[in-house]
Amino acid sequence: MFSYYLRLAFKSIRRNPILSALMVAAIALGIGSSMTTITVNYLMSANPIPEKSDVLYHVQVDSWDPHNAFNDDDIPNQLTWTEATNLMAANKAMRQTAMAKTGGIIEPSDQDVKPFEASARLAFGDFFSMFNVPFLFGSSWDAEADQNRSQVIVLTKRINEQVFGGVNSVGETLSMFGTNFRVVGVLDDWQPMPKFYDVNNGAFDESEEVFIPFFLKEELELPNWGNTNCWKSPEGEGFKAFLRSECINFQMWVELPTQNDKAEYLDFLNSYVSEQKDLGRFPRPIQNRLSNVMEWMEDQEVVADDAQIMLWLSLMFLLVCLLNTIGLLLAKFTGKAAEIGLRRAVGASKGDLFFQHLVETALIGLLGGVFGLLLALVGLEGIKSLYGEFVRDLAALDFTMVLVGLVLALVSSIAAGLYPTWRACNIAPASQLKSQ
Amino acid sequence: MLEIGPIFRALMRNKVGAILIAIQIAITMTIIVNAVFIIYERSQKMQRESGIDEANSFYLSSAGFAESFNAKVSIKEDLAALRQLPGVANAIQINAIPISGGGWSMGLQTQAGAEYDGVGVAVYMVDEHGVDTLDLEIIAGENFSPSDIGWRETAQRLWPDKIIITKSMAEALFPDDPFETAVGKTVFINDTEPMVITGIIDKLQAPWVGWDRVENAMLSPENLNYESTRYFIRAEPGQRDSVMKNVEEFLAESNTGRIIRSMRSIEETRERSYRGDSAMIKILTTVMIILTVVTALGIVGLASFSVNRRKKQIGTRRALGASQGAILRYFMLENFLISSVGVFLGAALTVGLNVLLVNQFDLDPIDWFYIPIGMVILWIVGQLAVFGPAKKAANIAPAIATRTV
Repeated sequence: MFSYYLRLAFKSIRRNPILSALMVAAIALGIGSSMTTITVNYLMSANPIPEKSDVLYHVQVDSWDPHNAFNDDDIPNQLTWTEATNLMAANKAMRQTAMAKTGGIIEPSDQDVKPFEASARLAFGDFFSMFNVPFLFGSSWDAEADQNRSQVIVLTKRINEQVFGGVNSVGETLSMFGTNFRVVGVLDDWQPMPKFYDVNNGAFDESEEVFIPFFLKEELELPNWGNTNCWKSPEGEGFKAFLRSECINFQMWVELPTQNDKAEYLDFLNSYVSEQKDLGRFPRPIQNRLSNVMEWMEDQEVVADDAQIMLWLSLMFLLVCLLNTIGLLLAKFTGKAAEIGLRRAVGASKGDLFFQHLVETALIGLLGGVFGLLLALVGLEGIKSLYGEFVRDLAALDFTMVLVGLVLALVSSIAAGLYPTWRACNIAPASQLKSQ
Repeated sequence: MLEIGPIFRALMRNKVGAILIAIQIAITMTIIVNAVFIIYERSQKMQRESGIDEANSFYLSSAGFAESFNAKVSIKEDLAALRQLPGVANAIQINAIPISGGGWSMGLQTQAGAEYDGVGVAVYMVDEHGVDTLDLEIIAGENFSPSDIGWRETAQRLWPDKIIITKSMAEALFPDDPFETAVGKTVFINDTEPMVITGIIDKLQAPWVGWDRVENAMLSPENLNYESTRYFIRAEPGQRDSVMKNVEEFLAESNTGRIIRSMRSIEETRERSYRGDSAMIKILTTVMIILTVVTALGIVGLASFSVNRRKKQIGTRRALGASQGAILRYFMLENFLISSVGVFLGAALTVGLNVLLVNQFDLDPIDWFYIPIGMVILWIVGQLAVFGPAKKAANIAPAIATRTV
């Protein structure tokens, strides 16, 4: 029966080519525009580390100015050097890493490769196991290297290719920041989207190019990259004074496997801040926060406002297209009144007719969906050309999105077809047959 | 106007089609009016002037890495040489580039003490060539003299004792006085450190184009003793591109202990900084056009359908003496009634969506006049769309009434 209805549907579509084309076009435009914006929003709000996002927590404490909150009513989004090092020394979580962004010039030993500037992430050895960072060669440095301020370095695949031609460079020496580092590991491709562990310089920035132990910040007096905010000027001159100031430039993440661990860690943070208050710091009321990955992404408003505005507008656009489709279907089915009357008269039940016309609407919806997905591809290309290469990874249709697009097209077209179908089936056969 | 009665009664007999069109018009109007408003705001934002000579200026970074690299010597030599290069109008070392996105901000306050609030300001560290290189105009007070310029060390806490600020910054600091009177006044940085305002410049934007105080900027008379630094260069009119090439080659060759990178013109910087806004404008414009076409096609479709269905009635009316004009008027008027319901509903929805956008995304509330303009436009779109089918209806021959029933 289904294949018969399908044949009927094809016939009916061919009989009114212009009306049918209009309907398919309306659905395709609606699906195309909404799938473009849904894809961008979906990729922007993706969970960058689904397997662990519930046990990784971003640490915040309110070390800010007694007279003004950090940002409206919110607490600072980063930590001072003092907090980063103290909380790391306390070692209260299963895994933990303080971190910061810096950068400097790499001087390859190969004379043919020119010196170049590279961004670097200062972190603790736990960084790699906490965030499931894949290694191509070697591994992370150990806790001893963290404490001894060893000059060890982990390279990304790209830097390893640039400097060492892609071979296993573990054990080799690399010159950066005017000093020598021993390579201990090379990463495989790794680009969390969004770059959740530090969204300060853009949530969809590329990951840093090399990784070195955190305390080298102090040892080598490395510059602050990323955002630095201060409410109070440093007490004294020079790098050390600046490092020990109330300026925030550091992030910290902890891994807490259970809710109980989280509660304990919060208690620890509260008692830590109380201790600091006794030392005359932390002039504001105690307010500490642990946010898991997705909470932190929401707090930092990773999904751009413009993307959300476009999403809402495009869904309204889809609604207009569907209203259009309803109107056109009404017109089309009313034109078929005589045929429906005849079929009813020769014994087709209302249910049969309903199903038959639903197949027809679904077919139109599916056609609209396919064309809509093609339009979405065009739309995503347009977004890439408008926003530049850095949205490359935010404007790609994956299998889920193709499926979502087709289902959205089917569901919305069937929903649009319900009323016209119901009206068509309720035609009294006699009235139609009379006029023939 | 007498026809409104019968048209309305006829409409009530086929409500669904009319309601569909009215809702379509309402939503279309909601989207279009809000989109136009967003487009207008964005283009206003993009048209603001940065205050510098955008067409002829560019900048680059120089990062020293060699053991023998001496920042102070290098900067002095570079600037002296750059200023001599043919086609270069002037050059400076600077810590941040206007409208580039990255920079340095501080707070200035008129009373000393941590308990007083400061006014946020973007800091540009420049020497006495700063005003000329950035193409600024001193509108009160005077420029820095060479003896004012000091060297800033990395992580230095102290500030120079003179500054030049923008007119907007002067007005923000001293809202009750004319801006000229700010010259000679003392303001405080880092809560308590005094600085005297020695000059006021007409206009200079901060690096952050999305900042609500983007016109608040100050010049601090300093060169930076940093190994990694930026040079800002203004070329003679029309020579920027050739100067850019020469400067890059010259600097790379003059000292091999450093790398020259990120050279970029201000025009390109502007394009990058406003890329999101210009993309939004283009996307919304496309959406608006497609949406209007879809809605118009919907009106055409449904009107054609209703004309087709009423062929016989139309023929009968014509046979009974109605002129072609009367038939045309009937369908135009019918559409006008439907559109009216749509645009009034649309006006309410437009305000509703705007309130949502204001609350959710900090957009500005829409100006009232957008709404009547939007209503008129949708009325016109409706009338234009229905004209074709209405014309077709008017051309129906009266004789059709005599065929079949």
